[in-house]
Amino acid sequence: MKRSLSWFFTLLFLAAAIGPHLAQDRFPRPEFESAYQRPLTTTPGPAGRILELLDVVLLATALGLTSFFALKKRSRRAIFWLTVFSALYFGFYRNGCVCAVGSIQNVSAALFYPGYVMPLGVVAFFVLPLIFALFFGRTFCAAVCPLGAMQDLVMLKPVKVPSWLSEVLSVVPYLYLGFGVLFAATGASFIICKYDPFISIYRMSDNFGAMLYSAGFVGLCVFVGRPYCRFLCPYGVLLGWLSTLSRKHVTITPDECVVCRLCEDGCDFGHIQKPVVGKIPEPRAQSTKRLSRLVLLIPVMMVAGGWALSQMDVIFARVHPQVQLAEEIVLEDAGLLSETTLETRTFRTAGTPTQELLDEALAIQKKFYFGGWLLGGFLGLVFGIKLIRLAVLPQRAEYEIDNTGCFSCSRCFMSCPNEHVRLGHIDKDWVLNLEEHASKR
Amino acid sequence: MNDKKEKRTRRDFLRDGLRAIATLLLGGIVGVVVRKLHARDTVWQLDPNICVQCEKCATECVLSLSAVKAVHAHDMCGHCKLCGGYHRPDAKVQDTAAENQICPTKAIKRTFIEDPYYSYRIEEEKCIGCAKCVKGCNAFGNSSLYLQVRHDRCLNCNQCSIAEACPSGAFRQIPAEQAYILKGQQANTWRSRDTA
Repeated sequence: MKRSLSWFFTLLFLAAAIGPHLAQDRFPRPEFESAYQRPLTTTPGPAGRILELLDVVLLATALGLTSFFALKKRSRRAIFWLTVFSALYFGFYRNGCVCAVGSIQNVSAALFYPGYVMPLGVVAFFVLPLIFALFFGRTFCAAVCPLGAMQDLVMLKPVKVPSWLSEVLSVVPYLYLGFGVLFAATGASFIICKYDPFISIYRMSDNFGAMLYSAGFVGLCVFVGRPYCRFLCPYGVLLGWLSTLSRKHVTITPDECVVCRLCEDGCDFGHIQKPVVGKIPEPRAQSTKRLSRLVLLIPVMMVAGGWALSQMDVIFARVHPQVQLAEEIVLEDAGLLSETTLETRTFRTAGTPTQELLDEALAIQKKFYFGGWLLGGFLGLVFGIKLIRLAVLPQRAEYEIDNTGCFSCSRCFMSCPNEHVRLGHIDKDWVLNLEEHASKR
Repeated sequence: MNDKKEKRTRRDFLRDGLRAIATLLLGGIVGVVVRKLHARDTVWQLDPNICVQCEKCATECVLSLSAVKAVHAHDMCGHCKLCGGYHRPDAKVQDTAAENQICPTKAIKRTFIEDPYYSYRIEEEKCIGCAKCVKGCNAFGNSSLYLQVRHDRCLNCNQCSIAEACPSGAFRQIPAEQAYILKGQQANTWRSRDTA
């Protein structure tokens, strides 16, 4: 029995050696005498169009409702329940994919990567929140984004991040955006999806490492208000730009600001700006001189950044799997690697000429060189503008919301006495006395 | 007071201008993207003709039980008693005992049809997508067993994590209407529909 088996396998090995093109015909396909019917391979379809369309409709509805409740009704309670809905639907039910944050990469891949196809739903997820930001501010962040929703719901005891630290950390999103676009546009990787801290919770993944990362991040969210939104989110950069220009935006007070200082700690994210009082601006000539120097510094920083990052093309290109493979192949051919990897073995069995792979890798490297110039220029510009903003003394007589950063979460409304007047909790006189009080102080 | 008012309008003008530019830019991006837009939705699928059965499909999927499963083109199968995709190469007896099976989860069900033929059916809920059976069938059989992303399970992530780990580049995004790359007779219907 055993002998016949080994014979059988010897024959099979022989058959396997003859060639893969014969593989499908090693054994004749039998004709059955009985009534046996060969079953077909089932092809269960994806959830498909209807669900995707539902996603887009729900996104637009949620954006509309959030804008309405934040700007018109000024209702934090409604915003809260919309947040819960978003966490449940876009997060847990739809598994947090596709989301607006990650869609940046699809758009950049579609813009720069030939042959990349992009579904309609993803375009809607990219564009709709931006359009809403242009008209009403970042209402997407308030209650629609599943990433923001998770952070908002676990925020129990937010501490105040020192302004120097938050100012420094606020450049990280620009870096994340820049590199996310660079790696997506070169077809290397979707790093924004890869390092999404909340997705494994929404998917209830059982990958221990990913869960540990998520748990750590959520733990941080308990004590720091929305750390991802403030110090990482690349989509927030785009939203922030448009929100700065927004036609309408939430305001702390429904009425005139009485500078009562009650809202000073009303924002857990540090987006309420104090009025600038008692600061004497420097002489005009001096400030003009400084400003022009800083403006002239911008192109210098752009060129320096572009040069620096373009020199790092070889390092960045290694993120691309084809470049990694090419390097491994070259090293193996040179006898520098003792063990082959699965990737190189697969490449060698496929029989593609090595030169083809090397050419491809070089082409990718060239893209990274070009992309490095663009990214460096962009980052130079961002840092330059940041410097100018730090150097210019703002003119503010009232407590104002920082429209660029504000998530329109509506938390600060209740810290304003005028809001309580609007709701009929107190009399207007009370507020006027308060004003007197504050001015005396 | 007058001065202040003038300043505000200048700032407002600047704002409006920038807003118009932002709108145009946004429109431009959408325009370019829409031209690249696939009218149809896409799904991730693996090409069984490129697949090298590296077993990563079983471990790299974001789902705890991979959305990739083995499927069987029954019309290609030889229905042998000794099956390269079912029995371990070192199996002593060609029976259904667990120690003789190649599948780590016993997800292949063997049924007797008529002498000497047997049918091999994948019990999908048990399959982990490790491709051990596919490897065996490719090496010793008609390669009628192969892997496919099952779309009733797949989350269709923005970036498929198996695709990123796939050493042979077998994963790609294909139109959702033809969400499978099948083998055997069904492959022909797929192709003919594709070219039609």
